[in-house]
Amino acid sequence: MKNLASIVGSALFALAIWQAVVTLAAPPSYILPGPWDVAQTLWTARGQIGHHSVYTMSEVFLGLALGAVLGALSAIGLAASPLAQALLRPMMVFSQAIPVFVLAPILTLWLGYGIWPKVIMALLIIYFPVTSAFFDALMRTPTAWLDLAQVMGARRGRIMWRIRIPAALPGLASGLRLAAVYAPIGVIISEWVGASQGLGYLILLALGRVKVDLMFATTIALAVFTVLTYAAVDRLCRRWLDAPTG
Amino acid sequence: MTAPGLHIQGSARIGDTAVFGPLDLTVAGGAWTCLLGPSGVGKTTLLRLVAGLDRVTSFDGQITATDQLPLAGRLALMAQSDLLMPWLDVTGNTLLGARLRGETPDRARAAQVLARVGLADHMHKRPGQLSGGQRQRVALARTLMEDRAIVLLDEPFSALDARTRSQMQDLACELLSGRTVLMVTHDPAEAARLGDTILIMEQGGLSPFTPPSGPPPRAVDDPAALHAQAALLTRLRDSAA
Repeated sequence: MKNLASIVGSALFALAIWQAVVTLAAPPSYILPGPWDVAQTLWTARGQIGHHSVYTMSEVFLGLALGAVLGALSAIGLAASPLAQALLRPMMVFSQAIPVFVLAPILTLWLGYGIWPKVIMALLIIYFPVTSAFFDALMRTPTAWLDLAQVMGARRGRIMWRIRIPAALPGLASGLRLAAVYAPIGVIISEWVGASQGLGYLILLALGRVKVDLMFATTIALAVFTVLTYAAVDRLCRRWLDAPTG
Repeated sequence: MTAPGLHIQGSARIGDTAVFGPLDLTVAGGAWTCLLGPSGVGKTTLLRLVAGLDRVTSFDGQITATDQLPLAGRLALMAQSDLLMPWLDVTGNTLLGARLRGETPDRARAAQVLARVGLADHMHKRPGQLSGGQRQRVALARTLMEDRAIVLLDEPFSALDARTRSQMQDLACELLSGRTVLMVTHDPAEAARLGDTILIMEQGGLSPFTPPSGPPPRAVDDPAALHAQAALLTRLRDSAA
């Protein structure tokens, strides 16, 4: 409850600053519309925004799911094999020096205007944070636990499955929380490059028609969806980490 | 059960620094041997060498079972830290060894063992919900589930409060009887209560100390044990001086 009050208070504060700027500086509405205008647009354009949200959110969820699975598997593979670590880790780190966004046009060229280039872009953008957070956690298993397992006569695969992975799940969860915030960025960029659906597309459409209020309304909708995605992922991770195991 | 004894002979060093000098230690089969000494004389290293865990120290010598069979698979280890997996409940932690070896976990036996250590009502709790003493009981239950002839104890009770520690000593002594126990401890009182054999480990090597008469666990107010405790402490203070 205290948390909720803080969120509402913070939102009201942001709205107040926004309204104050609009009132004091009085910019033309095609530069900065006021909160009330944007709220009205949010309501009147709800069908349009809802329609495009379905595409964007599907792309975000697919990208998140695929990126999480691929990232988690890669981290386990790297942690299990020193050879994979030696060969792939420098490559992975180096690949991060390429801004992923430059791949958006290529993905569109290869995969067309449908949802897949967006999904792949989201996947690419979250892959590294997920892999690296989980991998680091997998490499930090307390040595005393590993010693105990060795005295017990454990096999390596089972140590991974029964000790290293469960011990590293909080690390994976931090990676997934980050991913929940990054994934929409990848999707929107990809939608800008080429799409006929989605909130990124709607923003460009609104820009072309100088409907600044619609741009703002879409941006707010996107932000709300991102926060909800984060909250859902966070909740899921918590539940999952607290789930009793025998 | 006729538990084999241990024979440890040799010296250990890390690089050029000696960890412990040449020593010759025989741990009697089926009995409780306490290895007492100040910090830094290599007691824990010795235990880790027996457990096959030390990868840093180079050990020059041999560690063998008195029945000449290999040691691997016949040891269990209980350390100062309980090493419970926080995501497993008490039963899950007790069954960890079986799970790690890919054996079918014997839940009925786990329940029996947990009842013996007094945790029958806590079987589905997570380690975070237990007290320090209860956690160490789970660790003891896990050790008993391993059902190994030789049990290595590395100061398992030193982090407990005095009352809990004495209860755990009684419990461990009862439940581990018949097995070969090698226990590292700094606590003269613990050695005096539990040791069938007491050895003092110092820079100079090992020296035997005559244990108090009477079978372990000796009562906390047993005059012979208290006398031995005082003598051990005096001996340790002299050795440090």
